[in-house]
Amino acid sequence: MEPILEVRDLAKDYPGQRALGGISLSIPQGSFFSLLGPSGCGKTTTLRLIAGFEEPTSGEVRIKGQVVNHCKPYERNVSTVFQSYALFPHLSARGNIEFGLKRHGITDSAARVAEVIKLVGLWGKEGRKPAQLSGGERQRVALARSLVLTPDVLLLDEPLAALDPKLRKQMRAELKAMQRRVGITFLLVTHDQEEALSMSDQLAVMNEGRIEQVGTPEDVYFRPCTRFVAGFLGAVNWIDGVGIRPEATRIAREAQNHGAKSFPALVTDSVFLGDCFQVVVRLATGEEAVAQVQHSSDVFQPGESVHICWNPADEILVA
Amino acid sequence: MKLRSWFVLPTWAWMVGLFAAPFAIVLAYSFLARGVYGGVERPWTLENYQRLLDPLYLTILLRSFGMALLATLLCLILAFPAALFISRSSRHKNLYLQLVMLPFWTSFLVRTYAWLFLLRDTGLVNTALQKVGIIHAPLQLLYNDGAVLLGLVYGYLPFMVLPIYATLERLDPSLPEAAADLGARPWPTVLRVILPLSRPGIVAGAILVFIPCLGAYLTPDLLGGGRTVLVGNLVQSQFTTARDWPFGAAVSMLLMLLVTLLVWGILRRESEQLT
Repeated sequence: MEPILEVRDLAKDYPGQRALGGISLSIPQGSFFSLLGPSGCGKTTTLRLIAGFEEPTSGEVRIKGQVVNHCKPYERNVSTVFQSYALFPHLSARGNIEFGLKRHGITDSAARVAEVIKLVGLWGKEGRKPAQLSGGERQRVALARSLVLTPDVLLLDEPLAALDPKLRKQMRAELKAMQRRVGITFLLVTHDQEEALSMSDQLAVMNEGRIEQVGTPEDVYFRPCTRFVAGFLGAVNWIDGVGIRPEATRIAREAQNHGAKSFPALVTDSVFLGDCFQVVVRLATGEEAVAQVQHSSDVFQPGESVHICWNPADEILVA
Repeated sequence: MKLRSWFVLPTWAWMVGLFAAPFAIVLAYSFLARGVYGGVERPWTLENYQRLLDPLYLTILLRSFGMALLATLLCLILAFPAALFISRSSRHKNLYLQLVMLPFWTSFLVRTYAWLFLLRDTGLVNTALQKVGIIHAPLQLLYNDGAVLLGLVYGYLPFMVLPIYATLERLDPSLPEAAADLGARPWPTVLRVILPLSRPGIVAGAILVFIPCLGAYLTPDLLGGGRTVLVGNLVQSQFTTARDWPFGAAVSMLLMLLVTLLVWGILRRESEQLT
């Protein structure tokens, strides 16, 4: 199937620095795709180039096969949910939602507006100004305002960053459910790996203006191509040249020999995290490693001599 | 007295000595009778205020309001695009702001005289138009309402540009982006998003332009040539040629009362808008 959004060798230079170093992406119709990376990795620049707020230095952006490099934002059928939401403070929630429809000359939109207000769960609050809404409600207005236009691609720039942690987790599930229901392609930019892993069908991990890896959440988590990807998606112990996730690392009092790798180590710290203990050990080589230990198993004290072990199948092999 | 309270003392002394006291004197004068050679005499009277009801003076007051309103409107029409341009320019922002403020480097009187040299029959504008052959006799550019309006707009334009610029500068840059993103072309973005959101700056600028225009005396005197009598000229003439200080004081008091009520009303409405 033809991808709805394609980016080819897209590069963006700012005076004195290269923000984006020629990336290529292909995003399938109806999918939830994430750009994941640390701040300054070029993910927001990519989003702004797709939205049309900036023009690329080289490369192309294609929407439904059409090159849109020189199209203004109002000439592209994509819509952005801004990190700050960028709601119009002088308009009510309804006024914000109707804004785009009116600009497109759609006036008999009452049913469509009502439907989207229900979809995002703003029923009864559509008459309020943004200042009278909570953070979560503002975000719903921002979503509704874009969704009502049924864009080819909905661009979301760190949409959950401004919410408190509890609401953030709830909105993750809601956002994913909403995307499935409306069937619109979502392109999410985030620096939060949990967010990207839990919501995306596919994600691209970016670093220093380049894409390090594209794949499903399982792909990038379990089979990262680079040390950067492995480390960015979760904690990794680097022991003896291989990577191993803390949750796959076990600690035992005796050496293991049923096909498991095992190294002697010294417990240096043990931290209670609620659902598990985080045990830090130091190997004879001086390398440090972290293991997540369940409550049911033994309690390890700092200073104890133990063995750190894992299944070779859980090893992360990177280039 | 605390040290902090001492800091505000100079301001207090200044305001009491040079604002409150003169205000009280003018207020008292407005209730007295005129002296034969200027000045004031007893008894206390309300006659000065009764005289204000004369259609002659009401007309002058109304004309002044109309003129000030028109000048404010013209300033807004000129200032908004300029402020928007400056706030959107990246490199030469400071240069443009300096240019807006450049006229303040010279006295208002000198600048108003400069307009005389430009607009008079043998002035630069008429000479140039005649040389080019567009006109054959000099145009009457001076000593009419148009010249006064021009002078007022010229004089107070920066007071409109700067507050609007300040508001636009604080505007979240993602708002115009969001408008474009939702399908708004540049004009609708300006009219539906930027203009409504620069309201606080427009209100501040309108107050800063309207009030001095309402009481303007120098501009109508020089560019209007005495033919265009505004309320400022009325006050001036009462204290000088007419030697009727009490009536001049009464006109001043009425003007101050009207301005105070107007500004109070506007600010109250604006603060309601915000909540």
